[in-house]
Amino acid sequence: MNTKITWREIPQARLAMWALIAGEFAIFGGLIVMYTLNRLKYESWGEMAQHTNVIAGTINTLVLLTSSFFVVKAHEAALHKNKEKVKMWIWLTLICALLFLGIKSYEYYHEILHGFTLPGTQLLAEGKHVETMYWSFYYTMTGLHGLHVIGGALALFFVMRHATKTEKDYHRIEVAGLYWHMVDIVWIFLFPLIYLIH
Amino acid sequence: MNTHKKHGFWHRYFFSLDHKDIGFQYMLTIFVMVSIGGFFAYVFRMHLAYPEMEVPLFGLVTNKDYNMLITNHGLIMMMWLALGMLLAVAGNYLIPIMIGTDDMAFPKLNKLSYWFFLISVILMISSFFMKRGGFGGGWTMYPPLSVGDFGYNTAYTSFKDRFFTANTFVLLAITFEFIALLMGGINFFVTTLNKRAKGMTLTKMPMIVWMINIASVLFMFSVGPLIAGAFMLLLDINAGTGFYDVYRGGDPLLWEHLFWFFGHPEVYVILLPPLGIIAEIISTNSRKPLYGYKFILNLTLIAAILSMMVWAHHQFVSGIDPRAATIFSIFTIIISLPFAGIILAYIATLWNGDLKINLPMKWAIGAITLFTLIGGFTGLYLGASVFDIYAHDTSFVVAHFHYTLFPTVIFGSFAAFYYWFGKFSGRELNKFWGNVHFWLTFIFFNGFAFPLFLLGLAGQHRRIADYRQFEFLMQDPLPLYRQIATISAVILILSQFIFIFNFFWSLKRGKKVTSDNPWESNTLEWQTASPPPHGNFAVYPEVHHGPYEYNHPDREDDFLPQNKK
Repeated sequence: MNTKITWREIPQARLAMWALIAGEFAIFGGLIVMYTLNRLKYESWGEMAQHTNVIAGTINTLVLLTSSFFVVKAHEAALHKNKEKVKMWIWLTLICALLFLGIKSYEYYHEILHGFTLPGTQLLAEGKHVETMYWSFYYTMTGLHGLHVIGGALALFFVMRHATKTEKDYHRIEVAGLYWHMVDIVWIFLFPLIYLIH
Repeated sequence: MNTHKKHGFWHRYFFSLDHKDIGFQYMLTIFVMVSIGGFFAYVFRMHLAYPEMEVPLFGLVTNKDYNMLITNHGLIMMMWLALGMLLAVAGNYLIPIMIGTDDMAFPKLNKLSYWFFLISVILMISSFFMKRGGFGGGWTMYPPLSVGDFGYNTAYTSFKDRFFTANTFVLLAITFEFIALLMGGINFFVTTLNKRAKGMTLTKMPMIVWMINIASVLFMFSVGPLIAGAFMLLLDINAGTGFYDVYRGGDPLLWEHLFWFFGHPEVYVILLPPLGIIAEIISTNSRKPLYGYKFILNLTLIAAILSMMVWAHHQFVSGIDPRAATIFSIFTIIISLPFAGIILAYIATLWNGDLKINLPMKWAIGAITLFTLIGGFTGLYLGASVFDIYAHDTSFVVAHFHYTLFPTVIFGSFAAFYYWFGKFSGRELNKFWGNVHFWLTFIFFNGFAFPLFLLGLAGQHRRIADYRQFEFLMQDPLPLYRQIATISAVILILSQFIFIFNFFWSLKRGKKVTSDNPWESNTLEWQTASPPPHGNFAVYPEVHHGPYEYNHPDREDDFLPQNKK
């Protein structure tokens, strides 16, 4: 059996999504490299990392991983063109997304209450100049990731609504799902880098 | 398929999904941007040569004006003209029709890309009219200059004051443009891989299609970190973070790395499409197959990979480790080898050919001559850190990159215009005025850029608004060189009006083309009507031959269209 796949056999939308994911990795890759280099330079960032809420971060990791599982189930249902199941699994994914954003907001709220803000005025007043940048990176990276969570969730929602209403374009579930997995994988990198290394 | 009906103005210029219409939208938008960039160049060149004069149409140029003018000239020409013309316009017009399909893989995404591009243009133009004036931090936007009047250690003013500044708007404009080009690049990539005509294998694709795709992929990988970096700079300006602030442990050098990690591959993103255009033109007009198709392709891929490893040669005087500088010098010099190979293949294509010296051919040969002999060779000097440390930030560098970018971007684009205009408009450009335009551009471009080498070697720094404060730069013959450069630049800019008039006049009233394939070329776009209908082909072509089979010994005709049995 000839198992060689030509480019033309790959669905257009999937190919485009792969290209988009490659581009996204270049963006997040750049951020992660910048963060890591700075992290190696400044020992005192470990102290700051202790102020993050590791339990909330762990729950969020679990939530995102579970949502990836739901997306896979939705993809399976989409392959069978099973309208009801697609709806159910995507809604479960969306609930996970909302849960993730909720927990993240809770974390932000408490961190800001403790004076760890984006400009870091309070830390500057305490004479901790270098430490402000840890929080700048923290908010930039998790915030950009959060925007991707919102974008991915919206994409999943609209694709699901379109597919279940018109009973066609089920393949788009897979494509939006690919994007969702990308969002998940980015978090897998961010979580240990930001939360766990003290 | 041929259900095209006449659409109104709004439909054609804003809502069309046809790749040719979208290409035309990009082209008109870019014409507006180039006019602005060219006008800026005229004003600051006049100011440099005649510092006490009030520049006609502008007035007296203050130091602040000067900074704003050079900054925006650089940004517009690099980001909107070069990237826009060579990726967006060339890709939109040529890719679908040359691979024998009706349109892009995602026409709606294509339209969305154009809208993002338009938003970026509007943001860029509105940045000139901010309360504190246009952006003047240099086109490379190094912090802390690009953080704006506020600087890092000033008290935080209101968000409104910080947001409505030229810095913010320029950064947003660039981000929007990058998003537009990223979406466009994904579209090109998928279209090329997935929508080729039957029988068109990857190695039967015309070289230009390869080049635009390699350039798009290179753009995609190099621009990511800069998008992240631009986001961080936006936060520095608007949210009071300190990513590039030394006081808080940030590093302005980080921006230089991010910028040039994009900026240097970008040079090759800009270079590859013109190399493809030139390949099409010289092969057709020498009536010979392109020498070493796969050789050129492999060299291009090698160059694309190497281009990601040379960025720090822009930073030899920024305080990088000398050991790193040596490595970057070596890579920079190595990267000239693949391009030398490509140019050699082009010369081999021309060699012993039945040369037809028509207008596109003149632009193409002009481009490779100037690019290789002057632009490329001076690049070797500047790539070596020992010389660069002396010449860095002098007019020598300005002359060098004008000699690399002008022949590729401008000559390459004009070669494409004169070559494909008849195909896409159905009318011919006037040949006489075309020749006048070519010779004026060729002569006065050299007249403008060459004196800059001499000025640079004499120690003239760039980004200085007024050279009267340096006695050694006012000695004879240096002011004369500046005046020669300025007068040539003004004539160069004026002679572009010939093209503009020729273009729009021919579009409406030019002579109708007599043949669909006037250059007797093999590639698929010539095998359909001029202008191509909506959907490009009446019958979708099936490809049997490579794109460059000229003078095949077994055939009577000297050309063999790709879709002919």
